[in-house]
Amino acid sequence: MPQMILRRIGMMVLIMLVVGLLLFMINEGDPRLIARSVLGPYAQDGQLDAWIMQHGYDRSMFIRYFEWVARVVSGDLGDSIIYKRPTSEIFWPRLANTGILAGVTFVIMVIIALTLGVLAGMKEGSPQDRIISVISIATTSIPEYASAVVLAGIFVFWLGWLPGTSSMTSGFNVVELILPVMVLTLYGFGYIARMTRASMAEVMTTPYIRTAILKGLPYRHIIMKHALRNALIAPFTVIMLQINWLLSGVVVTEFAFGYKGFGALLLEAALRRDIFVIEACGLAAVFVAVFTQTIGDIGYTYLNPRIRFK
Amino acid sequence: MTEETTDLPIVPPDSMLTNMLKAIGLLRESPVGMAGGLIVLMFVVLAIFAPILAPFDPNAPTLPFAFPGTASPDGGVFLLGTDHLGRDILSRIIWGGQRVLFYATAATVSAYIIGILMGLAAGYFRGYQDEIISFFANVILSFPIMVLYVLIIAKVGSSGLNIVFAVVFASSPGVMRIVRGVTMDIATRDYIAAAKTRGEGSWYIMLVEILPNARGPLIVDFCLRMGYTTITIGALGFLGLGLPPPDPDWGGMITETRSYMTGGFAYMAIFPACAVSLLVLGFNLLADGLREVSLRD
Repeated sequence: MPQMILRRIGMMVLIMLVVGLLLFMINEGDPRLIARSVLGPYAQDGQLDAWIMQHGYDRSMFIRYFEWVARVVSGDLGDSIIYKRPTSEIFWPRLANTGILAGVTFVIMVIIALTLGVLAGMKEGSPQDRIISVISIATTSIPEYASAVVLAGIFVFWLGWLPGTSSMTSGFNVVELILPVMVLTLYGFGYIARMTRASMAEVMTTPYIRTAILKGLPYRHIIMKHALRNALIAPFTVIMLQINWLLSGVVVTEFAFGYKGFGALLLEAALRRDIFVIEACGLAAVFVAVFTQTIGDIGYTYLNPRIRFK
Repeated sequence: MTEETTDLPIVPPDSMLTNMLKAIGLLRESPVGMAGGLIVLMFVVLAIFAPILAPFDPNAPTLPFAFPGTASPDGGVFLLGTDHLGRDILSRIIWGGQRVLFYATAATVSAYIIGILMGLAAGYFRGYQDEIISFFANVILSFPIMVLYVLIIAKVGSSGLNIVFAVVFASSPGVMRIVRGVTMDIATRDYIAAAKTRGEGSWYIMLVEILPNARGPLIVDFCLRMGYTTITIGALGFLGLGLPPPDPDWGGMITETRSYMTGGFAYMAIFPACAVSLLVLGFNLLADGLREVSLRD
């Protein structure tokens, strides 16, 4: 077990290093492009060369890459070209905002998905199973940008209950969080629900559940004490992997509602070639994704005694 | 003794057409799959016959801010209204559907070709080939997909070809993983050993013996992936990184008209949003139906 955890963590570090190299190559591979981004479109060739020499960009890319890794690990993310301030000053608050949005969504999404999945898988083929399955396919078919528009149409412009943007200009406001969370939950819960349903349906056909039923145990007791424990192992990995998808959705949703999170920052930086911000956002996104995946793998091994005691 | 063997009936292998007809026949057993197939078919027909079926020129500005059902000054009716520039929304949805379907198909098929080749090689050769291919697949798959798209498109610029490139880059590793798994399984079968004994080359075995037998899970995944790619193309359009205007693109239509929702013109953005969702729903239902049917026998 500890050996497996070390292996997974080693893999994680290796993937981060390669991802870092890719990001670095894309953004800082060509020194003239960096100089151009920093100095602006009107800088002359001489100025570009001087800047490149002055900042050490005339050296080999691989030396620069290792220096860059050392700087990033020590927390120095470089200066934002647009904001003319250290990237970390802009980046961390934005990431915290996304953490709030994604965290709230995650909790609500997982509760809804597991409940519906268990309810559907309890009685395979029943009307409640059919209805839940159709709902979860239908909602996974509505991309965030489509549901954002439709829900805004209903709740903002028709009913007038909710604000249409979530820029939080006058301090943190929970009401502004409702629509983005709804949009993200709507698109994301269906997949987890379907996986939970499949897992639950499989457990319900096992002999030990039949034994429990034949013993005359109360149905509620069978579900809560016997079925759930095993049915929730498989969805655990799916739930952890879903965080990767959630980060994708966050980019679109933050743009849709003007929410000041890391996704919106990435988009702005990418469109305006703010390379150090792009790197910070890219690294953070991949780190969260790889980290949760590793946790998912380790957790799955830990939860499943058949693998644990091998 | 020889007579007994000659008595065996020789069954010619089914042609591709009969196979397809069989598959459609099977799909009839799944109402969900049929519904999905019909939705997709509807969009395909709309896309192919867009020049005939679209009532107006999708880029011609006529009557701005016309509500659904308004009569056009030049004759005809704007069934779904017009947008802020006076372009007929129904015509834009139909032409936009053609673009979306074209690029989604081109991108998904290309991703499949690359993914299949990599997956076959990884699953058949095993060893260091597998290690290398799988590692790079893991690296690419560890990016949240939208982050990867934004990074790529911001770097290479937004055009139809670049969107195809980005989709191939981002989704071929997923295809590769599926193909790799199935290949590892099939490679242990007797007929593969027989082919090896006959002295067939590795790529012949992979492409002729393994690939056709791996098609079941791949067809289901292909439908799902067509849905994802449709979502992606729309999302890129929505973020302003999509297919270049003025030709219609569903995601771009939503972004362009979203700011007019306040004045009661919500329909401008909602109709294209419904179009994307309906097409994706079609692909998802079709995939679900195909999976159900393939598990049945």
